[in-house]
Amino acid sequence: MAIAQSPSASGLPYRWRRSIEAVLLPILALLVALIIFGGFCALAGANPLAVYGSIYKAAFGRWSAWQNTLIRAAPLMLTALCTALPARLGLVIIGNEGALVIGGLAAVVTALGVGTALPPLLVQLAMAVAALVAGGLWIMLAGALRHYRGVNETISSLLLNYIAIALMNHLVEGPLRDPNFVTKPSSYEIAELNWLGEIPGSRIHWGLLYGLVACVIAYGLIQRTSFGFAARAAGSNVRAARMAGLPVGQLTLAVCFLGGSAAGLAGMVEVAAVQKRLNESLVSNYGYAGILVAFVSRHNPLATVLVAILLGGILASGGILQRSHGLPDATVLVFQGIVFLCILASDSFYGRLPGFREG
Amino acid sequence: MAAEALGWWGVPLGIIAGTLRGSAPFLFVSLGECITEKSGKINLGLEGTLLMGAMSAYAVSYLAQGWLGPVWSPWLGVLAAGLSGTLLGLIHGWLAQQPRVNDVAVGIAMIIFGSGLAFFLGKPFIQPQAPPLPTFEWGSWSQLPQMRAALRVSPLFLLGVAIAPLLQWFFRATRWGLQIRAVGDSPQAARAMGISVFKVRLASIVAGSFLAGIGGACLSLYYPGVWTERISSGQGLMAVALVIFARWNPIQCLWASLLFGGAQAIGPAFQSVGIDSYYYLFNAAPYILTLLIMILTCSPQRTLAGSPGALGQDD
Repeated sequence: MAIAQSPSASGLPYRWRRSIEAVLLPILALLVALIIFGGFCALAGANPLAVYGSIYKAAFGRWSAWQNTLIRAAPLMLTALCTALPARLGLVIIGNEGALVIGGLAAVVTALGVGTALPPLLVQLAMAVAALVAGGLWIMLAGALRHYRGVNETISSLLLNYIAIALMNHLVEGPLRDPNFVTKPSSYEIAELNWLGEIPGSRIHWGLLYGLVACVIAYGLIQRTSFGFAARAAGSNVRAARMAGLPVGQLTLAVCFLGGSAAGLAGMVEVAAVQKRLNESLVSNYGYAGILVAFVSRHNPLATVLVAILLGGILASGGILQRSHGLPDATVLVFQGIVFLCILASDSFYGRLPGFREG
Repeated sequence: MAAEALGWWGVPLGIIAGTLRGSAPFLFVSLGECITEKSGKINLGLEGTLLMGAMSAYAVSYLAQGWLGPVWSPWLGVLAAGLSGTLLGLIHGWLAQQPRVNDVAVGIAMIIFGSGLAFFLGKPFIQPQAPPLPTFEWGSWSQLPQMRAALRVSPLFLLGVAIAPLLQWFFRATRWGLQIRAVGDSPQAARAMGISVFKVRLASIVAGSFLAGIGGACLSLYYPGVWTERISSGQGLMAVALVIFARWNPIQCLWASLLFGGAQAIGPAFQSVGIDSYYYLFNAAPYILTLLIMILTCSPQRTLAGSPGALGQDD
């Protein structure tokens, strides 16, 4: 914090100053969001300091809390990439939830189709590939509509969410329905052999590794390859990129495919490690929370890992807020909204903080 | 008995009934989005506004019934819905106009914030029954209960139908309407004329959110007439597509809303005659319809006729 106020910040090299600013502003925004959220809790009749304490304890207080947090962070890392990757090309894709559902659907259909005929590792691989392809094609559709028909990708990807959920509901009510499972309309269960197991010594499933690897690959792809460079160039100036001969259409399709496949993989992780069968529980807001993660991490896949863990912790604390403070479960959603708004507001402060002014 | 005699005629009747019932929220939200977009800004957050409107209308109608009686308390609820929309609109209108801030991202944040707030504050009102808005019983001549239900028209719907041409006139013939269009088409020119772009856009966004809030009241106080967390299923977002389809023309917003309300009624209408194996797919009809309309009407080469010049651009 001291850096922001000290006039010496302006003495640092420009690159450094911008980097410090890029870390400092989101932190300040998070603090402001915490203060506003505290005021909100106080209005609702809860002690803000006690609420902060509960969130911290339920999210990062003990090893078991950390495990809850990381289990939730895994799908968030993957769904965030669905917004973060296309964002580098200047596209605002919010079809994360739909791609997750379609990925989960593809994974379940694959697992039920293959059954126990193949070794579990191969079945899991097949599920993952099916989810990657299905989720990828789903979002690529939004990218293709954007490129070939000029359809706004934000709206089309959002409509695709509802269509994906309707498709899943239709299938679990009809062809895929397990008549012996009465709690709610669900598909048959994935054979236990093929479940995605836990990392030894913990309750955390292997999906966390999927998420981490996907974020690292995405970072390398965007920052360290010519493909990523082309995508970023097209994102900052489409016309210049076209003049330079970059295949903007193919880039759009490829980046949308990659983003969608990450969210699809999140669906596979959720059905293979958590839900074990397909039903409405798969629609649990990981997609929409992923949008928040992508924006807060400024579409940087490595920052996504950190932000996903932070938000995973907040999601993990939803239960305790209800039990200990009498706050409804939507409190977590309100907090997410406040954080998102504060982060966006902080964007307008670039180059305006004392010590960071330009010129 | 009459119901069984109706047979397959139940389907078109059900769709007409659903159109009259279900198009009111579309109408208000799309007119609100129309005002907003005419000024050159997009508000995706109207989904959150719709939910807040639905919740506040229901809560106020419930809480005020002892004090105002069941006839007037829903109207106070409608006002509360508009006011809650106004508040969310102020946040959106201010934030979306800050430098380097993307209005689409603000919209997504406002969806999360608005729906979170609505679920948070609305938790205690999920169980109790609030007095709904009175309706006009235009079907009382008929023996058929379906016909009566179909022609039970909400005054809010009629209000929306009246606002559409009024808004058309407002944009075409009034000083304020001209200012909004000028700001939406060319902020630079508007600034040169001495118009405050910030104020005009803020006012347009707030007015649009006010209408969207009332759209929420249609959901909770008329049809389906309850408050649940699933009461809005993307109507606030479809409104954005609907306005594009209507080419930013308030009268065409009315026709488009009727079309979307009808599409929404297909699933329940078929279910009412016993066909429910494709229930979920029929329920996806409005979304598929929106997507198809956008595919057919958009073009990568040119901007759409009627589109405000500065829409979606940083100034």
